[in-house]
Amino acid sequence: MSDTETLVRDIEPDDGLGAAKKTLTEALLYLNAVTVTFDGFRALNELSFTIDPGEMRAIIGPNGAGKTTMMDVITGKTRPDKGDVFFNGGTTDLTRLDETEIVTLGIGRKFQKPTVFESHTVLDNLRLALKGQRSALPNIFRRETAAERERIDAIFETIKLTEHRGRLGGALSHGQKQWLEIGMLLAQDPKLLLVDEPVAGMTDAETAQTAELLREINASGHSVVVVEHDMTFVRDLGVRVMCLHEGSVLAEGTLDQVSANERVIEVYLGR
Amino acid sequence: MSTSDTRQPALLTTSGLVFLGVLVAAAVLVPVLNLATAPDSPVHVPTYVVSLLGKYLTYALLALSVDLIWGYVGILSLGHGAFFALGGYAMGMYLMRQIGPRGVYGDPVLPDFMVFLNWKELPWFWYGFDLFPFAAIMVLLAPGILALVFGWFAFRSRVTGVYLSIITQAMTFALLLAFFRNDMGFGGNNGLTDFKDILGFNIQADGTRIVLFVLSAVALGLGYVLCRFLVRSHFGKVLVAIRDAETRVRFTGYRAENYKLVAFVVSAMLAGIAGALYVPQVGIINPSEFSPANSIEIIVWVAVGGRGTLVGAALGAVLVNYAKTYFTSGLLAPYWLFMLGGLFVAVTLFLPKGIVGTFYDWRARRRASDDIPGAEPAATPKPAE
Repeated sequence: MSDTETLVRDIEPDDGLGAAKKTLTEALLYLNAVTVTFDGFRALNELSFTIDPGEMRAIIGPNGAGKTTMMDVITGKTRPDKGDVFFNGGTTDLTRLDETEIVTLGIGRKFQKPTVFESHTVLDNLRLALKGQRSALPNIFRRETAAERERIDAIFETIKLTEHRGRLGGALSHGQKQWLEIGMLLAQDPKLLLVDEPVAGMTDAETAQTAELLREINASGHSVVVVEHDMTFVRDLGVRVMCLHEGSVLAEGTLDQVSANERVIEVYLGR
Repeated sequence: MSTSDTRQPALLTTSGLVFLGVLVAAAVLVPVLNLATAPDSPVHVPTYVVSLLGKYLTYALLALSVDLIWGYVGILSLGHGAFFALGGYAMGMYLMRQIGPRGVYGDPVLPDFMVFLNWKELPWFWYGFDLFPFAAIMVLLAPGILALVFGWFAFRSRVTGVYLSIITQAMTFALLLAFFRNDMGFGGNNGLTDFKDILGFNIQADGTRIVLFVLSAVALGLGYVLCRFLVRSHFGKVLVAIRDAETRVRFTGYRAENYKLVAFVVSAMLAGIAGALYVPQVGIINPSEFSPANSIEIIVWVAVGGRGTLVGAALGAVLVNYAKTYFTSGLLAPYWLFMLGGLFVAVTLFLPKGIVGTFYDWRARRRASDDIPGAEPAATPKPAE
């Protein structure tokens, strides 16, 4: 611990946008100087940021800014070339764990392309995701408890898919699949949800509903990181925004602050 | 909201009950028609037909084992014949030891082929096979352990799709070559044959043949119920989830490799049981059972019947093998392999869900148009895999 405690978040003050410096032990998620290189291309370049317990953060950035790679690093899909990734106030080094171990710690991830279990019913999708036994052999004889059924009903209320519970996952509309996947994340009851482009391809009404849903999830005590291009949606979320560019943080602050930032306009919004 | 969708699906569906009903009927009718009718009666079932039907039933059990992993987990094993053959060899070794001094060379312990090779002692891996319980355990353990070791490495290294299919094919081919060698101690290319007794009963006797047939039907029925029990459990839902979206399963916190491994080992053991029942009914086991073509043929049975339906796998095995028996004994005999290949192509193109899968779809559509709104066609796997 004594080594890691001295690791203090080292980020440039970003034009005075008020990036609060957090120490390792206060942060839920702590990235320090993370670099990932693919065939000489630096997908992440000394990326550093922290997420507080209970925080919701929106991450924006042009294509190729490293948003998905960042999620891959956090969830154990990609190993960083160098840098630190710590979870739970510096107690856990995520770079040493595989995907399943990281999920078990409490980090859930929604992919860019909605991935639900298409030939299972919506209800079974949630049953599979629900926090609980994960070993193969005990699950042969597992029976659903009343508490689990109640928990699933509550999640259905939250994601507003109650009347679709008997349908197959593959029969849902694009927007409904996205909500189901968010519901599946919720069912895992993670400390941190990583949500990659949840409103891509959604109608305006669905987009607004998704923002509402994520705010609700955040209010119930989950930390959330949302990667999204849709500025209306990010504004709806009303949370701290971070702009990535070429694999590192370009600016951080409220959406107004970030979108007023000259460098951000230059690389991203300057259309 | 109705509560009907919150219940677990029944262990036995309508088609499952029909399937078990047909099995019970066959297990009763065939022996009766063999024993209680005169040989010249038009309804008489000769003993060779009883054994032929018994052979089909063991193939059906083998197809069931393949459907469990291909239809529900998406593992396309092109080497399942190896597990079938290992179960068969374990049974064959027991039957060889039962021959005792009645062999051509009259050696009280050594099977004929060992005497012929001038061996003086029984190799260590033949010990215990004179005892039926030991042989019965080996019928499960030999395929089970091979599947465990193979699956452990393959699934942990995340070998999937066509690469996995190729290494399963390589596995069975390697075993084919190994079992061909005389000094392996399994009878070389002649294999094991000339069996006399099983548990003290003459293996050629009508009564023994009938019991073997009935046991094959029972094994198939129990195998079906076991597979149904597995696929409708939470465990089985994870298997289907792995088939459809393995990455999502990992990111939901399940160790997909462990689930695959359990299913693979169970499947291999079922194949082993099928092989053990097959050998006494056909009277021989030789390395050709390991041939890659045999394993590919199992895939055709399952595809014809309907992948991911269990009942379809069994039906496909019986239908295709009946066709094989019929067509390989007449004028069309030289063209059988072309017919088999053509059948596979035709099923893939025109009946991608197989006979039973297509029937389920048709039934679901008819129900949907009757009265139940929002009913979806049955969830069978996508044809291309």
